[in-house]
Amino acid sequence: MTDVALPTYKAKDFATDQDVRWCPGCGDYAVLTAMKKMAADLGVKREDFMFVSGIGCAARFPYYMNTYGAHTIHGRSPAFATGVKIANPDLEVFLISGDGDLLSIGGNHTMHALRRNIDINIVLLNNKIYGLTKGQYSPTSEVGKVTKSTPHGSLDEPINPITIALASGGTFVARTIDVDVKGLNALITRGARHTGTSFIEVYQDCNVFNHQTWFYATQKDTRPENTIVLEHEKPLVFGAEKDKGIRRNGDSVEVVTLGEEFTEADLLVHDETNLAQAFLLSQLYHPEFPEPMGVFYVDDSRPSYNDQLHSQVDEVVKKHGEADLQKLITGSNTWSVA
Amino acid sequence: MPEPKTDKTTRLSNVSVRFCGDSGDGMQLTGSHFTDAVALAGNDFATAPDFPAEIRAPRGTTFGVSGYQVQFSSNEIHTPGDLVNAMVAMNPAGFKTNLEYVEPGGIVIVNDDEFNKSNFKKCGYEEGYNPLDDEVINAQYKICRVPMSRLTRESLVDEESDISIKDVDRCRNMFALGIISWLYSREIDSTIERLQNYFGKVKNKPEIAALNEKAIRAGYYFGETAELFPSQYDVAPAKLKAGKYRRISGNEAIVLGLTTAATKANKSLVYASYPITPASDVLHGLARLKQFGIRTFQAEDEIAAVMVAIGASFTGDIGVTGTSGPGLALKGEAIGLAVMMELPLIVVNVQRAGPSTGMPTKTEQSDLLQTMFGRSGECPVIVIAASSPGNCFQMAIEAVRLSMRAMCPVIFLSEGGLGNAAEPWLIPDISNIPDIEVKHAVVTDEEFLPYLRDEKTGARPWAIPGTPGLEHRVGGLEKQDGTGDVSYDHENHALMTRYRAEKIQKLQDVIPDLEVEGSGDTLILGWGGTKGTILTAATMLRERGIEVATAHLHYINPFPKNIGDVLNQYKKIIMPEMNTGQLRMLLRSQFLVDIQGIQNLCGRSFFVEELADCIEAIVKGGAK
Repeated sequence: MTDVALPTYKAKDFATDQDVRWCPGCGDYAVLTAMKKMAADLGVKREDFMFVSGIGCAARFPYYMNTYGAHTIHGRSPAFATGVKIANPDLEVFLISGDGDLLSIGGNHTMHALRRNIDINIVLLNNKIYGLTKGQYSPTSEVGKVTKSTPHGSLDEPINPITIALASGGTFVARTIDVDVKGLNALITRGARHTGTSFIEVYQDCNVFNHQTWFYATQKDTRPENTIVLEHEKPLVFGAEKDKGIRRNGDSVEVVTLGEEFTEADLLVHDETNLAQAFLLSQLYHPEFPEPMGVFYVDDSRPSYNDQLHSQVDEVVKKHGEADLQKLITGSNTWSVA
Repeated sequence: MPEPKTDKTTRLSNVSVRFCGDSGDGMQLTGSHFTDAVALAGNDFATAPDFPAEIRAPRGTTFGVSGYQVQFSSNEIHTPGDLVNAMVAMNPAGFKTNLEYVEPGGIVIVNDDEFNKSNFKKCGYEEGYNPLDDEVINAQYKICRVPMSRLTRESLVDEESDISIKDVDRCRNMFALGIISWLYSREIDSTIERLQNYFGKVKNKPEIAALNEKAIRAGYYFGETAELFPSQYDVAPAKLKAGKYRRISGNEAIVLGLTTAATKANKSLVYASYPITPASDVLHGLARLKQFGIRTFQAEDEIAAVMVAIGASFTGDIGVTGTSGPGLALKGEAIGLAVMMELPLIVVNVQRAGPSTGMPTKTEQSDLLQTMFGRSGECPVIVIAASSPGNCFQMAIEAVRLSMRAMCPVIFLSEGGLGNAAEPWLIPDISNIPDIEVKHAVVTDEEFLPYLRDEKTGARPWAIPGTPGLEHRVGGLEKQDGTGDVSYDHENHALMTRYRAEKIQKLQDVIPDLEVEGSGDTLILGWGGTKGTILTAATMLRERGIEVATAHLHYINPFPKNIGDVLNQYKKIIMPEMNTGQLRMLLRSQFLVDIQGIQNLCGRSFFVEELADCIEAIVKGGAK
């Protein structure tokens, strides 16, 4: 086989002729921009990309990417994507959907895609609300959320996408925010290169039904104080002045101010390969803590489901030799009638 | 092995035997071995297992009873028989629940050792009552009391051996098989060979193989010497079509049919399924066939299973999922997606008695209307149904062929009664099976339109991800004719709704006409697994001097082209179904013909005689 040089793509090569129908100002636009840029630069041929989604605002995503795509049904896109990878493991599959789709109706499938380590890239656009059905609370909405369906406030404890992904055996678990196009691009690119399921939660603003819900973490002035960027083997420092950090305190962690009492040497050092620590970090919530952004956890040692499946097939073929259909149909227990 | 004593041998044309006992007694295995022996003797046969849903219900209880019925014959037969000539009951619970299946005067061989106080209590016999002593029962049946437990132990245990008594007791079923084998003059050598192969070579337990061999021989010699029976019986070989045969169950035939279809279409096949009785054996069978390009996937639930299959189809493989009624209900929305995306998809539904969990191990034909209509919107799919275990092979191939031709899901209906039942199968020569034509979109100078239809088939092009220049998006939202873009246009929706139905009707050009056998002005029309019973009942009716014609539908959506003509030829049409009249409802509404139904809702096949009686009553009833 000869290597054919990959066409050089620009982000606009991945645009379709469809009018993008998200509300003006929706956080999804930024994600789309980052995604097209990522796709152009990833080193994968356009025809080998496949975008899959379920139902919801975010799930319109495939219509806006000029690749192969499927806008499936509510919650079931991880299973569809699994079928795609079983049939053709060489495709670069992205699954873009929302918090309701992937954590409520599709929670089961999300969990199973993660534990199987199907080689797909899940981008969960978390806006903490149901947008397409016009504003009911979602599984990530905070307790007490007043919506049309919960006029007296919601009672359900929210679930945390990162914790769920870690608990499900995710091998690449990360978080970022919609407006950070550069960070988003870098993270998705890294996730795409990871073997196995990459799971990226994106804080995404629904500017119609849940506007500003993430502003504490996404705005220029709030971001440095209320988020912390995770970098492998680096101490956990944050703050506009880089004057604060996260320190281990017994079974938990605490925020400390750097200076007289504590120095960087006292801080927790991020280790992407440490599952227990990743879990601990996933439990840091605003306003008590800065919320971590970046890669929580990576396990590069686990093979993907689809790779294992196909090597199992190869082994069986090797063992049984060429398939003999007539022999199979005849079976081992026959008799003849003259 | 000694020759049958010909002086005391009675020749019969037809025999049916039922084995029953506790689900741990190995009754399915015993029946299966006996079936192999009758097959080898050249008889035609049909079997029906009758097992509980509980894997190991408490020993000795009636709900833990497992049964296996086989009919074998010197003639062509299609059913496992109504009432059996002989039954083996390994315990009182089996005796109690299965006695009703024995013909008056029939032989009932019981393991007398198990007919004790404790077992009577477990199966609900009154204290102090032993059914074997019941005069009424003894007047009606020939009860043969054999102390099988004791005789098996005495035959197998010798003082030097360190064989456990548990292993010895497990061989009681082989002792029983020995007795029945002698009674019906079926040889035991091939059974012994299979036992040696299985226990000796596969399981590497030659000592267990030896025990089983001893037990079956002991039972055989016991039958010969004990003079318990009025006669030994024999059934001559049947005049089957010449050729090489094997035994096949419906579920096995589906496995082989799908594999053949994949080979003939030159495609990989992805079978995604969630375990469910009685369809799981299809998953088990295909899981062993990776070398044939089969990928199996045990999904997290029914919905995931069908979605994996759809994902595989979009990617260019043959996507197949298998289930039973409750699973089909769960898959409904996803099947709708495949209808909208216009992708091939095969959904195998091995029906069971419902609704809800219903009776998982019992058979029924009650998912037909769910299959036709159980989805949101106007959502037609191709519907076909198998009529016998062996026919499942052919229909599985048809499912793949039709689905890919029309780019439309097929629901392939089988039944629990077909899936687990077995019959002789004339092994097909695969070189005689035609290839399945598959068309994929290719790049041309024209713009690629994912919903531009083929004029002949009405199908949209199937473009495979990875093909440069054919990138496109599909989804569950309504499509614009041609471009496949999302469309909310009123006229377009009406058009697309018609297109989705029409391409299924176009398949009438490539499916066989409905064939009618027999004459008279009454037509017995059936579908699915009732075929064998209907044919046998029709023969019985002709013997009674009542002329009826029979026809059997394998294609339900679309119906065969000539169905209207056939229906209009008869004064009277009778449709036996194992539901409350589902296909009858469809035919009556579509063709405005009166059809009288005969309904069976008891979770087991019609009895031939009861069906013949019902038909006779309708025929003679005149008025309708």
